[in-house]
Amino acid sequence: MMDVVADKTQLDISASIELLRERWPDAISHDNRDGFSGIIVDPAQLDDVALAIRDELGFDYLSSVTGVDYLGIADHMEVVYHACRTSGGPALVFKAQTGRDDPRVPSLVSVWPGADFQEREAYDLYGIHFDGHPDLRRILLWDGFDGHPLRKDWQEAYFEEEHKPFDSRWPGGQVYRAEEKNVFGKNVRYPDDLDLGRLNDVSESDLYQGLGLGVDVQALDSDGLRTDRLVVNLGPHHPSTHGVFRMVVTLDGETIASLDPVMGYLHRNHEKIGERNSFLHNMPFTDRLDYISSMSNNLGYALAVEQLLSQGARYSPPTYRAECLRVLMVELTRIVNHLWSLGFLLNDLGAFFTPMLYANNEREKILDFFEATSGSRLMCNYMRFAGVYRDIPERIRSVANLVNDKVRDYNTMDYLTEMVNERLPRFLDEYDTLLTRNEILRERTVGVGVLLAEDAIALSTCGPLLRASGVPYDVRRADPYSIYPELDFNIPAGKNGDIYDRFLVRFQEMRESVRILKQILPRLEQSQGEAVVTKIGHTPRVPVGEAYGRVENPKGELGYYVVSEGDPKGPQNPWRYHVRAPSFINLTALGPMCVGHKVADVVTILGSIDIVLGETDR
Amino acid sequence: MYGQGIARGLLVTMKHIARSYMDDIRYAGRKYSGEGNFGTRQGMQATGSYTVQYPDEKVAVPERFRFIPFLIVEDHDHPERPGHDWCTSCGICAKVCPPQCIWIVRGRNPQTGRPVPEPDAFYIDIDICMNCGYCSEFCPFDAIKMDHDYELASYDRTSAHIFDKQKLSKEMSHWKRIAPTTALEEMQARGGWEHMDIIREKAKAERAAARARKSAPKQSS
Amino acid sequence: MAQTDLRALQDTEFPVPEELQANIAITSLDKIYNWSRRSSMWPLLFGLACCAIEMIGTAASRFDFSRFGFEVMRGSPRQSDLMIVSGTVTKKMIVPIVRLYNQMPEPKYVLAMGACASGGGPFKEGYNVVSGVDKYLPVDVYVPGCPPTPQALLYGMITLQKKIDGQSLANLDDVPWYGVGPSEPTPVPVLGPDIIDPRQMELIREQAQQAALEAPFGARELPAWVNPAEVAQETTVVEETQDGAEDGIDPATAARIRKREEAMARLAARRAAKGGQ
Ligand code: SF4
Ligand code: SF4
Ligand code: SF4
Repeated sequence: MMDVVADKTQLDISASIELLRERWPDAISHDNRDGFSGIIVDPAQLDDVALAIRDELGFDYLSSVTGVDYLGIADHMEVVYHACRTSGGPALVFKAQTGRDDPRVPSLVSVWPGADFQEREAYDLYGIHFDGHPDLRRILLWDGFDGHPLRKDWQEAYFEEEHKPFDSRWPGGQVYRAEEKNVFGKNVRYPDDLDLGRLNDVSESDLYQGLGLGVDVQALDSDGLRTDRLVVNLGPHHPSTHGVFRMVVTLDGETIASLDPVMGYLHRNHEKIGERNSFLHNMPFTDRLDYISSMSNNLGYALAVEQLLSQGARYSPPTYRAECLRVLMVELTRIVNHLWSLGFLLNDLGAFFTPMLYANNEREKILDFFEATSGSRLMCNYMRFAGVYRDIPERIRSVANLVNDKVRDYNTMDYLTEMVNERLPRFLDEYDTLLTRNEILRERTVGVGVLLAEDAIALSTCGPLLRASGVPYDVRRADPYSIYPELDFNIPAGKNGDIYDRFLVRFQEMRESVRILKQILPRLEQSQGEAVVTKIGHTPRVPVGEAYGRVENPKGELGYYVVSEGDPKGPQNPWRYHVRAPSFINLTALGPMCVGHKVADVVTILGSIDIVLGETDR
Repeated sequence: MYGQGIARGLLVTMKHIARSYMDDIRYAGRKYSGEGNFGTRQGMQATGSYTVQYPDEKVAVPERFRFIPFLIVEDHDHPERPGHDWCTSCGICAKVCPPQCIWIVRGRNPQTGRPVPEPDAFYIDIDICMNCGYCSEFCPFDAIKMDHDYELASYDRTSAHIFDKQKLSKEMSHWKRIAPTTALEEMQARGGWEHMDIIREKAKAERAAARARKSAPKQSS
Repeated sequence: MAQTDLRALQDTEFPVPEELQANIAITSLDKIYNWSRRSSMWPLLFGLACCAIEMIGTAASRFDFSRFGFEVMRGSPRQSDLMIVSGTVTKKMIVPIVRLYNQMPEPKYVLAMGACASGGGPFKEGYNVVSGVDKYLPVDVYVPGCPPTPQALLYGMITLQKKIDGQSLANLDDVPWYGVGPSEPTPVPVLGPDIIDPRQMELIREQAQQAALEAPFGARELPAWVNPAEVAQETTVVEETQDGAEDGIDPATAARIRKREEAMARLAARRAAKGGQ
């Protein structure tokens, strides 16, 4: 039956799996665990299987790679891959299992170069060796760090208990500060064999070795001119790195010979903490991933957990109004984010602060609405499983509380209507006039930082970065969620894949968002009065299984890989909680994009990727 | 023509400059003083954005605004139990708090040692609190709410940043004042301005009375 | 020169050493120095995490902290007076932060913005998070909140200005940089197996020796935090019920151990059940 289908790249997931199973009956087995899906591949055959998945089945886009430690359940480590087609459709999940003592799987960087950083991350946090990885070293922590923190048997200095809620909080809550329980008064713990005599800072040894420092580079010059290659550190404190990001740039004169991103300066252990949290606890933590667009982060996580919850009994999906509210928030967030990122891109180009200020004015108006609805300007914490926190208030109103408080009082729907129909379109037109045809802007951006479509796919880039290269891949269309299928909008895509195209794509996306918002407002009017608050309490029973929820965040495809152990009596928290962070994976493309350009272009190229460090480092 | 784009852009900035002076004229004399036009300045109709002259004029925060939580106690002039805690030390907030920054000592009757529905001690470490609002969202007794006072900067955190029960407690009237609509909604859900337990007890007593009334005529007939 | 008692002119709120109390120069100089310092505080353009977004929001036109003399944010530490630590301080980042602080010319101030910078914040338990920048640097003002709204940050900045107003040249604790000789730079932490604060070397060595004798390293329990207010009130400590207490183990730990054992047993049972299928 299989050979009837001529084009294997159109096969659906189960047919694809069957095809693979026919080819490698011994090496591939179904993942039969409760609530799990996909296939388990023998690491020895992983290379070949991956090639077939990419080339024959057409899964050309590797969305996520991550490790899972099943200590206490199955005593192995697992590497989980999610591959998608850029033409759309759900992800194919395949896994490789390896022992915990010396975990090794072959690297897939040669098949999907986008696996580069993700495999390094799995190595850093789990100690999984990827054989054949060109540059396997720590990425978030520093060289010489003691241990691999996401392993289930690794505990940090302030470790208190395996799962929240902690016993010491109630009923006998003797308050303390964690540092008081540590001899050093700090969040530190040293290995037993710490040798203070041999203490020298090795935290960057691998990094500099990788750059070939100490190698005689003069011999490499062919034109007879004696030039030294210069290594320049940009960051982690640099006004244009959008946070604490560092680039080690090797310069040949003014031209970039190589660029190595160094991150982890904001590594806040999101995943380790997330695995200790209960499912609900994680929601406000997701706010702090991409802290400019907290609403969309919330949505992705809610979708992932809802996938799990929907397997269980007594689950009712969010109401129509709740879905409308979600889309409303998410699209407003997209505008907020793009305003911010365009403002900063212009900052990086040297148009210091004026475009930023103009953009921020509109942003503040949206934040006012967020604040009135969810309670906070940035950390909205608005989505709940199968619903949202609360309906939008009838009036955006404040009450004078402190001395000199001045009050405001607007009708919320009027406020939104005015914003969506008048203010934002007017502003976008004005901003367009201000910037788009500015010759200086074009000279700095046209043809700079070009990323070709095939490279963009291979490097697993996502979001505006991918679309500017001419690949109209958007999760809202490719793997639709919420009420996006019934909304009318376009996916803007560029042609040349340079900075200017990214600028235009973001601009166009804002206009499309306004278009979506215009469709949402009447739906909100109609669904007035429908319940939006979820009935699921604070400790939902999450069935066993895995889920991968992905959404199109303003910065790209944000995915949450959540594994629930579902122990019916035990603590209800994720066994594995992984974030597929768009900013992090987009940075894989930074090095290749920068090589050959002048050093002044580096910050612009970085600005055009639009990263946020909370998400990059997690 | 080269330079046209720049010129058009400059025109936009010029327009912004001119507009700010036009607004000066529009709001002449009452730009920063008049009542009511604060809302206009900070609202949708305003061109551009107006600087909030912070210590002299503050943007009042909306009702749902969340900062540090506080515990509700009865008003000092409450007829039956002035200053009584609403919190029953059920521990839900300590469970749902994501960074686990709430410590509660469950109240006990000093004589019998049995638990009583009020906390002996209640601490929140505001250096950990992430202002998420879960505690107030899931408290079954509406006893913990998010405060609106954000002016909390201090010189020393060791003494000032662990809030104990005394510092956390605020009167019910405070909550009614800072969030009238929400307080009203909660009151309707509860069925009265009283604490849930009291309402329940009253309802129980009423039901008992009704039952007594119902059965009484039967006996007499 | 005739001795005139000028005490009436002094700001009596603030301590002035006895021998200087009649000195007019100190008070007037104080005012000038303080006024100049407080009115031209240039912050370091330096964002760490989410709080930085609110900091930029505060710098933008709607809240505009340049109204208070926080005028321009400087990219270089050499030109700045104030370090706004806006966000989570990680172990990897504290090294550059201390270096930046050392590079700032005196007088310099540190403002810890947000829960993270003050005391670790929601990520405090994380293995890469420093529980408060004051573990390494002297902090002048703490602004709680997660994130503090722009107005809360402005309030914090005004609080800092008030602090400066209250400082006196006569009190070298306030203004150590006017003392004799160069000031000592803060020792830069080292990234070893974990972050190592050079100031704690002695303690670490001692603990290492102890660990060689006993087990496990650095896990000694210290007494819990005591609320000063509570000590004053002398409240009675509630006795925990002693059920489940085993000899030598406190009930909380025993309960924890039991809970863990139970969970492990359940997992094992389930695994066995699955294997049997
Ligand atoms: S949930 Fe409410 S009643 Fe229960 S302990 Fe917390 S504040 Fe008190
Ligand atoms: S607001 Fe959130 S973090 Fe703060 S005490 Fe309440 S539940 Fe805990
Ligand atoms: S205090 Fe909150 S908002 Fe600020 S950096 Fe920490 S987590 Fe982010």
